[in-house]
Amino acid sequence: MSVTSPSPPSLSPRLLVAGDGALIVELGEGIAPALNAAVHRLDRRIADAGLPGVVETVPTYRSVLVQYDPGQTDPDRLGPALLDLARDLARASREPQRRWIVPVCFGGAHGEDLDDVARRAGLTTDEVVALHCAADYRVYMLGFSPGFAYLGGLPEALHQPRRENPRMVTPAGSVMQGGAQAAISPIAMPSGWHLLGRTPVKTFELRRAQPFLLAPGDRIRFSSISVVEYDRLAAHDGLLPDQETVTEGAEA
Amino acid sequence: MTTHLRVVAAGPSSTVQDRGRFGYQRYGVSVAGAADPLLHAAANALVGNPADAGVVEFTMMGDTLTVEGGPVRLAVAGDVPLFVDDQPVPSWTSLRLRDGETLRIGALRDGVRGCWAVEGGMALDPVLGSVATHSRSRLGGLHGGALKAGDRIPLRLAAAADRGEATLDPSLLPPRGEVIRVVLGPQDDAFTPAGIAAFLGGEYSVSHEADRMGYRLTGPVIEHARGFNITSDGIPLGAVQVPGTGQPIVLLADRQTTGGYPKIACVIGPDVAALAQKRPGDRFRFRAVTVAEAQAIHAQHRAVMDGLPGLLRAAGGFALYDSERLLGFNLIGGAVTGWE
Repeated sequence: MSVTSPSPPSLSPRLLVAGDGALIVELGEGIAPALNAAVHRLDRRIADAGLPGVVETVPTYRSVLVQYDPGQTDPDRLGPALLDLARDLARASREPQRRWIVPVCFGGAHGEDLDDVARRAGLTTDEVVALHCAADYRVYMLGFSPGFAYLGGLPEALHQPRRENPRMVTPAGSVMQGGAQAAISPIAMPSGWHLLGRTPVKTFELRRAQPFLLAPGDRIRFSSISVVEYDRLAAHDGLLPDQETVTEGAEA
Repeated sequence: MTTHLRVVAAGPSSTVQDRGRFGYQRYGVSVAGAADPLLHAAANALVGNPADAGVVEFTMMGDTLTVEGGPVRLAVAGDVPLFVDDQPVPSWTSLRLRDGETLRIGALRDGVRGCWAVEGGMALDPVLGSVATHSRSRLGGLHGGALKAGDRIPLRLAAAADRGEATLDPSLLPPRGEVIRVVLGPQDDAFTPAGIAAFLGGEYSVSHEADRMGYRLTGPVIEHARGFNITSDGIPLGAVQVPGTGQPIVLLADRQTTGGYPKIACVIGPDVAALAQKRPGDRFRFRAVTVAEAQAIHAQHRAVMDGLPGLLRAAGGFALYDSERLLGFNLIGGAVTGWE
């Protein structure tokens, strides 16, 4: 399932029918940065095209779900327009991307599974934290629960199966890893992923003008903070992490 | 002073719903919204509200509400016994309740969900553009969850005018089909021909794991062609996903936005509501239709939904407490033909 190829993907867009109100444009299979970058490029093109009847799109790892109003359009009209937008996606223009520097308090009460993750990987906890902070994560998609960000880019030394016993509740702000992925979970949720730490940054905050901090396609870098620093930042209500600009296509 | 409805007793799962929360699925936010959009629109039409106003959708059994202030105009869409201070009153008909009067909504005689609407609507702040409740993520509604005894629901209108009441003959609405129609895909190629034949040829029943998020069904096992994991992708309304057990799960209004099981088919829009009205133990079959057929059926349903205000009749021809005539309407479902 996890195909991590640094080379540009050979895309063969496929149109899939999803009931009487949605089409899926599938660009490929698996989880790969270049494939996902093409998905977000297509998603932006669909938004910019303003095709009649399109209600909402959901970009994922390797496809875009396009929901439409069946009273306004149908697959015969919408399908060819979408396939047209899906041409030449692999030819990456160098688009600027946001990269958030997300502070994380790793281990201890904030990351109960860090010790276990380190033991299974044959590393010290400091080495695990260093690997997480050196990784260049990509927000492949948001899904599962509001603001839950699936991050690709977990170093291979840390790939581990999920917990046999999922937890019924994981704390809001949990930074976790599961399989070949990492995640930031802004609200308390049941989960079988390993808890590494917590971020004081609220990636989902309804009272903020932009309730969702992270968008699909964003990049993430973690920075390790102490418990004292966590408490200081958590008290800061409108906390936003530092942001850099990186250039899309750099991974190709 | 703000007029309120005080919840004296809440049904087992009564939530504020509108047409749903659109535009945020890309951030992992479920659409939610009324499980049966026709009932939602009918309840609103009966009290003269815009079709997309928030209502309360109740499950199996309704709520008991006391008016604080008012008067308040209310209507219940659904085949359900109603009582105002223990006097029976008809459903599918608007009612004007005075300060201190209590409406008790009983158990549905048919289906799983009903809706009640109040003229002018509830004074609730939309969350991400909608008042729809998504209980799993505690978004929307009164406090992110189901109504509970003691809740006080603020209303927008302080006092409903004294005017004629409206009634709707539910037999004019399209009947809920016994067969649930689907369009195959998006991942029907993840199943063997035998698997697809089992899905379309067999009889399925609704299990006890059935809620606003999805219905887990029991019936012939659907065989996968090559495993049951796909790279997670988006989940449209009515998607029929098949996990490793080979038993399908139909995903409804409160569905998660993305998932990693292959989807053999999607239930067509109008039949999603028909399925969401089925009870545990109910048996039915799926039938495949083309997208063009599905859209024609969709257009028929939409015409009824848009035409609901025109189907209303004055309820003045009978006394408020003479419920016989209206309850009779519920017994002659199917008298009107023209619906497939």
